[in-house]
Amino acid sequence: MNSLDAFITIVGLTAITVVTRAFFLFSDRELVLPDWVQRGLRYAPLAALAAVIVPEVVMTQGHLIDTWRDARLYAVAAASVYFFWRRGILGTILTGMAVLIPLKLWLGW
Amino acid sequence: MQFFRAAMRHPQFHVGAKDMVGVSLGVAAWGLVTGVAMVKTGLSVPLALLMSLVVFAGSAQLAAIPLMAVNAPMWVIWATALCVNLRFVIFSAQWRPFFMQFTRSRRVLLGYFTGDLTYVLFMKRFAEAREDEGQIEYFLGGTSVNWAAWQIPSIVGILLADVIPTQWGLGFAGVLALLGLTYAMVSDRSTAFAAVVAGAAAVAAFALPFHLHIVVAIAAAICVGLMIDGGGDAGRRIRNILAGIAPRMKAEPGTREAKAA
Repeated sequence: MNSLDAFITIVGLTAITVVTRAFFLFSDRELVLPDWVQRGLRYAPLAALAAVIVPEVVMTQGHLIDTWRDARLYAVAAASVYFFWRRGILGTILTGMAVLIPLKLWLGW
Repeated sequence: MQFFRAAMRHPQFHVGAKDMVGVSLGVAAWGLVTGVAMVKTGLSVPLALLMSLVVFAGSAQLAAIPLMAVNAPMWVIWATALCVNLRFVIFSAQWRPFFMQFTRSRRVLLGYFTGDLTYVLFMKRFAEAREDEGQIEYFLGGTSVNWAAWQIPSIVGILLADVIPTQWGLGFAGVLALLGLTYAMVSDRSTAFAAVVAGAAAVAAFALPFHLHIVVAIAAAICVGLMIDGGGDAGRRIRNILAGIAPRMKAEPGTREAKAA
């Protein structure tokens, strides 16, 4: 991609950031959502995060992994155990990385 | 700027900043890897710096970078970023009551800075909009730390792309930060179940173009959630099963979910 195209792409991406993040903030009028939409939206935030996280853990190059020798699985397992034991986010990250990095570097998982 | 300086003196600004410091290691590792990825896939250093500083959306950047590298049509890149960012449209509906006290331009500016982590930390802490709790100050404190924890490592990654090792899997720290926050947001069985459905749907629909799998996953979770809430037979059965497998997990009083129930 040449520099001009890349520049235009970046400007467009910035507009997308602004429009999506401020989507319901533009209007001055009161926002009235139907009842079923409000009930349904209660499920959306966790779902969106799960949809970002799960493929990052169990997929490689667009395919579901078919091996247990993947450092990410053990990192997530250890991080999950830590979270439900101690409830700290920093500890969750550190535990997961402490499992991930050795498995990746030494075993090549 | 005056608005921001006044907020900095509020005690809630420091509380918000402190809460964000707890997750900023994940943000920083993720930013670093994104910075490296932008340069490694062929973006020039000035353009990579521009992208980091103005786009400010990690997951959308990571989705766009490989497409830019293979010269994908611009509309494909934009459609992909739109799908990846669609969750922010839903989040913005929830930010609205907290920001409505401001003018439109300020609301949009505040909205621009709302990332995943700011959203989760803020919504966990404040169930409803009130003007006497220092909510906006808390938001600005967390957002400042989040912005710096993302931008500084991202810029370091861009400038030192050739010497930073990528085989360590450092970017996974960002996934782990999101994982911990997702767990922290689970407050009742039905939202947890809907999230599991969303995760499975995202994997199943992964082959769709433009990262549409995220949209499919959210739609699936909303459908399942409405089904569980509804009075139908299937919903009742799912409720019974969920009550059986996780009897200890109950909505805490005072949370958004408990009030909705």
